[in-house]
Amino acid sequence: MDLTEFAAAVGGEGPVTISGLGTRGGPVAGVRCVHAPAGIEWVQADEMIVSCGAGTRVDELVAALAAHHQTVALPAGGTVGGALSVGHGDVRRLGYGPVRDVLLQARYVSAAGELVKAGGPTVKNVSGFDLCRLLVGSRGTLGFLGDVILRTRPLPQTSQWFTCSAGDPFDVFTKLYKPISVLWNGSQLWALLEGHPRDVAEQAAAAGLRAGSGPPALPVGSRRSVAPSTIASLTGDFVAEVGVGIVHHVDPWLRPVGDDRAATLAIAIRDQFDPGRRLNPGLDV
Amino acid sequence: MNAALVADLTAALSADRVRTGTTELGLYGRDASNFPGSAGVVCFPLTTAEVQAAVVAAVRHGVPFVARGSGTGLAGGATPLDHALVIALTKMDAVLSVDPVNRFAWVEPGVLNLDLTRQVTKYGLHFAPDPSSQQSCSIGGNVANNSGGPHCLSDGVTASHVLAMEVVLSDGSVVVLGGDEPEPAGLDLRGAFVGSEGMFGIATKVCVRLTQNAPAVRTMLMDFETVEAGAQTVSAIIAAGMVPAALEMMDQLCVQAVEAYIHAGLPVDAAAVLLVEVAGLPHGLEADVARIVEIGMAHGAGTVRIAQDEAERALLWKGRKTAFGAIARIKPNYYLHDTVVPRRMLPEVLRQVYAICRRHDLLVMNVFHAGDGNLHPLLVFDKREPGVMERVHAAGEEIVRASVAAGGVLSGEHGIGIEKRDFMPLMFGPADLAAQAAMRAAFDPSGLANPFKVLPSPGACGDVQHVPAGAWV
Repeated sequence: MDLTEFAAAVGGEGPVTISGLGTRGGPVAGVRCVHAPAGIEWVQADEMIVSCGAGTRVDELVAALAAHHQTVALPAGGTVGGALSVGHGDVRRLGYGPVRDVLLQARYVSAAGELVKAGGPTVKNVSGFDLCRLLVGSRGTLGFLGDVILRTRPLPQTSQWFTCSAGDPFDVFTKLYKPISVLWNGSQLWALLEGHPRDVAEQAAAAGLRAGSGPPALPVGSRRSVAPSTIASLTGDFVAEVGVGIVHHVDPWLRPVGDDRAATLAIAIRDQFDPGRRLNPGLDV
Repeated sequence: MNAALVADLTAALSADRVRTGTTELGLYGRDASNFPGSAGVVCFPLTTAEVQAAVVAAVRHGVPFVARGSGTGLAGGATPLDHALVIALTKMDAVLSVDPVNRFAWVEPGVLNLDLTRQVTKYGLHFAPDPSSQQSCSIGGNVANNSGGPHCLSDGVTASHVLAMEVVLSDGSVVVLGGDEPEPAGLDLRGAFVGSEGMFGIATKVCVRLTQNAPAVRTMLMDFETVEAGAQTVSAIIAAGMVPAALEMMDQLCVQAVEAYIHAGLPVDAAAVLLVEVAGLPHGLEADVARIVEIGMAHGAGTVRIAQDEAERALLWKGRKTAFGAIARIKPNYYLHDTVVPRRMLPEVLRQVYAICRRHDLLVMNVFHAGDGNLHPLLVFDKREPGVMERVHAAGEEIVRASVAAGGVLSGEHGIGIEKRDFMPLMFGPADLAAQAAMRAAFDPSGLANPFKVLPSPGACGDVQHVPAGAWV
């Protein structure tokens, strides 16, 4: 399926939902469902960019990039479109950055059924407003991703998990230079270090870390987003991403009420992009 | 001058911070671009409440308002049109708080880029975006333009370093976008706002991410007999899986101008010079330096000069960052362009840039962020020469077109502003532009926040100063 066929499938009228592999919530029930084009269009390793259909499996993309000694900072599993639309990073976010920084260009199908391009193919680009950032995490409510150009990154020479006991995660955290991940469960800490093998070994030794397996199993009750400075006071069964503020907790979580003026603004944006709320109807962002 | 607006502003701020004198209006009637504008009133708020009052007053009187930091923008983004109200944020310049452990800071928009870095140096941190104007440009301006700089190659542009903002919208509301938490609820309004060139609202507080200073840094200079060899070296370094902290290039004319200015012993006979900086932990860094030198030599590098100490490193960077000042030795005026092309296209597009400038009988110097493919052709001229401006503009347009045709983009870090507004259709079709206009309509339904920038108005005749206020769609 090419983009034109995808746009025709989305059409311009009536409720419609989109699904990849259903690993991040799946389609809206009871609504006509479409699927984005899949497949890697090209890899430009020397430009550190890759183009693929939004329906491409993340794992397929990661494997293809590995052949070029590169990777992409998307969480494993599901499709590229799903990972971008949900916008949640994985435990490497501290070092690899948020998912929103990965998307350089997107072509999506609007609520009117038109193909729209956002962004451009280069990492540095301030040509017009940053619609790509708005699309990441928008759960398809502003448009359905068709194909994308993503930023890649070189694979490290070494990538190794370490661990230690830690009552205060910041003791270790502040001793490390640009760690990829630091996780903490209240008593034990895990760190993912990458780079030159000797640098990795020296960093680990200086911070009192020993080689260990990682990451630990992450509790699945709730995924919380908190100010990173507050994680030291967490209780219960959790794993916190130190320096980031994502907390994987065994208990459910009610997100504190946010700025309702920001919510009003978000509604104004959806009114502009999909006034009839036909894209993923009923889905809240 | 709009007397009723001035009266409202004076009541909300204070008389000494609302200016209508000819000198002030002249000073604030333009930014660092070549586009003249016309300020109606200039005000200098001290607080978010005063910014809010100024915006409310402007909207009440139907007057466009333009937020302005240090005015270093090069695309006319802060140039007021139609006797707009200029809201100068230079007096809101406090660093409000710093969290050195989790590495972020809340700052007011008038804080200067380099001042922020200076204030957090004691924690071993810095603010990563480092435009060449970093001594004078403000964080608010960086947010508005999504500014870059040499070290964005490895660290990313401003959008990657802004966690949250407090903004004043044209309806007078004060809204916090984003947060110091990693996944704030709802749409990424923060991301949408960064780079909106003052057309979505005014940032009054900014939460920026701070970056750890590298334990070790190596800065080296390599010279080449051809520009192509230098450009190919850039591509080869990235293709080898390295992302240096910075990868900058200067051509011969530029090196000669800089050398005459700073006397750093730069190779003035070389066709091109590459400034490469590698930062990180010591073993990886030394390995990268060795590989980069090897790649440079394989591409015909004449000499490789590695800075021996911090003073020499600072001198090499001074050469790069003062290049624009140094050109005054050649001609009194310059026009600095900013486009991005795929790295692999650098040799070809540079060839075209030289050919275009030869055809228009203009001198060109190239000094640019080669690692990002971010070209900065600098057309140098004397504007007293009859007809020279027409040649400068014609050459500039051809350079922009050549860059986009090579698979590049209109602007890497200067923004669209007025300068490239009418080039936007080179990159975007009507539906693409409509989507961007929809973003603006959601943030600023009044259409009074810095109008007539970025998006080409349907049917625009190009004479923006005659577009009636509020005509935005």
